[in-house]
Amino acid sequence: MDGSTAGRVDYQSLVFPYARSPDQDAPQPVRHPVVIVGAGPVGLAAAIDLAQQGIRTVLLDDDDRLSNGSRAICFAKRTLEIFDRLGCGERMVGQGVTWNTGKVFFREEPVYSFNLLPEAGHRRPAFINLQQYYVEGFLLERARALPLIDLRWKNRVAGLEPQADGVLLDIETPDGGYRLQADWLVAADGARSPIRRAMGLESRGQTFRDRFLIADVRMDAPFPAERWFWFDPPFHPNQSVLLHQQPDGVWRIDFQLGWDADPVAERQPERVIPRVQALLGPEARFELEWVSVYTFSCLRMERFRHGRVLFAGDSAHGVSPFGARGANSGVQDAENLAWKLGLVAAGRAPESLLDSYDAERVHAADENILNSTRSTDFITPKNEASRAFRDATLELARDCAFARRLVNSGRLSLPSTYRDSPLNTPDAEAFDGPMQPGAPAADAPVRVAGEPAWFLAQLEHGGFTGLWFGEGEAPPLPATGGLPLRLLQVVPAGGAPAGAAVIEDAEGMLARRYDARPGTFYLLRPDQHVAARWRRFEPALVQAALARATGQG
Amino acid sequence: MLNTELNLAAPDDVYEALVALHRDLTPEQSRLVNAKLILLLANHVGDAAVLREAMAKAREGITPAGQDSTLRTTA
Repeated sequence: MDGSTAGRVDYQSLVFPYARSPDQDAPQPVRHPVVIVGAGPVGLAAAIDLAQQGIRTVLLDDDDRLSNGSRAICFAKRTLEIFDRLGCGERMVGQGVTWNTGKVFFREEPVYSFNLLPEAGHRRPAFINLQQYYVEGFLLERARALPLIDLRWKNRVAGLEPQADGVLLDIETPDGGYRLQADWLVAADGARSPIRRAMGLESRGQTFRDRFLIADVRMDAPFPAERWFWFDPPFHPNQSVLLHQQPDGVWRIDFQLGWDADPVAERQPERVIPRVQALLGPEARFELEWVSVYTFSCLRMERFRHGRVLFAGDSAHGVSPFGARGANSGVQDAENLAWKLGLVAAGRAPESLLDSYDAERVHAADENILNSTRSTDFITPKNEASRAFRDATLELARDCAFARRLVNSGRLSLPSTYRDSPLNTPDAEAFDGPMQPGAPAADAPVRVAGEPAWFLAQLEHGGFTGLWFGEGEAPPLPATGGLPLRLLQVVPAGGAPAGAAVIEDAEGMLARRYDARPGTFYLLRPDQHVAARWRRFEPALVQAALARATGQG
Repeated sequence: MLNTELNLAAPDDVYEALVALHRDLTPEQSRLVNAKLILLLANHVGDAAVLREAMAKAREGITPAGQDSTLRTTA
């Protein structure tokens, strides 16, 4: 060890004391605007996001600890950008292992390597690896700094009664039960979601007949911070292996075991250690940090909104681990939900806005399930023909460029573009590039008051942004009926900053990425997805697009 | 559109070459070679609509009679 862990918080060992809430002594169930169940990454992200909008939440968790084991370890660029907006992105990236490169091996030989972020000019890398307990710990510390979040450990939802204007919750605690009334309930209570079950709802899909072993090992090793994936390696024949670096000198090794493997026996150190030794070589010294044997399913609920109950993260959908789409898509659910719920709870948008959460995130879940199922089919072929295509692809990949693009060891998580969202205003003019309505806003280096800065950091105010590419006096924004909308003016490099909300497109990258010309205007949502864009600023069009993007169009 | 009219200058030569390709191979090796050949040709053709037409044509008249048992999934 290099000693870099000295003085760090051991997040896995933290125990959070149960504290009695005054609500437990109230004669009638106390009413709260938003109750969130599950203080994992999804529930915490939703609570922080809502608090930043001024919305009070009660966050219930049935446990008193953070994630046990490293679990989700890959956090994607878009998720890091969300963490930036939630005020803890820098800590995550500072603690995490940054990586952009993946290598694929077939039997003894390297087949090819890929760079996930080949383009410069983004604040955040394609991925960082960070144990889930750090992510939860950093989110928790951020949440604790926000007085609008009332976090209650050892509060288990034992029953619930959906009502027309809310949900009545039965909660069990170490000193008895009590009831709470929620205007809105966010169920971020994980893959086995007790709330889903209590409501008689199901998450349906496909379960794969395969088992995988996770071995987190602590060691001093010369492996670089890259994702290495082996198909059929000599040290673990006929199966796949994944090697990934985590902070604190810990490596994640994922061994495919096949369906016939005994999940209990395979967890034993005497079975795990030889597998790891075979990979690392007889000289390697290591210790086991965490071991888990898992199977997986690709599942989703038919709908994520059920009246006043909103499902987010693993409760709503499940994917295979290939492609890092579980926790990443969960945090992206939270961000999609939070601004909408914030506006609805504040009475600034109709309840029907929440139907777009369902539409957009069901679409995203389907995209994730599709990608994850395709990766799984490549990694664990289901029959002789699919194995032949898989092996053929890997053999051809050595010297045929096209075959490299077919190799699928996980298509790593990218944010969804909500192409068909009812919140989008379709383009009326021609635009090039990916920044179409529904797309997540791309980052770019800019200058603010003469200092280097990042574009996405200028969108962190939590409301809508009117992005105007133009010099001279900024146009006046239309009346918004109480909806938060800010103007952000973009001038070319060297353009004289005329006011506070002016950024310089230092390298011209923003205009290129947004296919902008003088006069181009983008309406960006609070979650930084594009709602609409025009070649000129027209207040009436912006007003109509804003109404549409808030469920009033 | 998939061309199902004759498009080969020397059809017998090509057919012979296809058969010769597999002469000294086990069924498993054959399957691998065929898979590579299909991938190479699919990329060369490039047109996904044509490929889907060819796939449908190849399946025509085949009554599914089961799967092999490797790593089957359950619904």
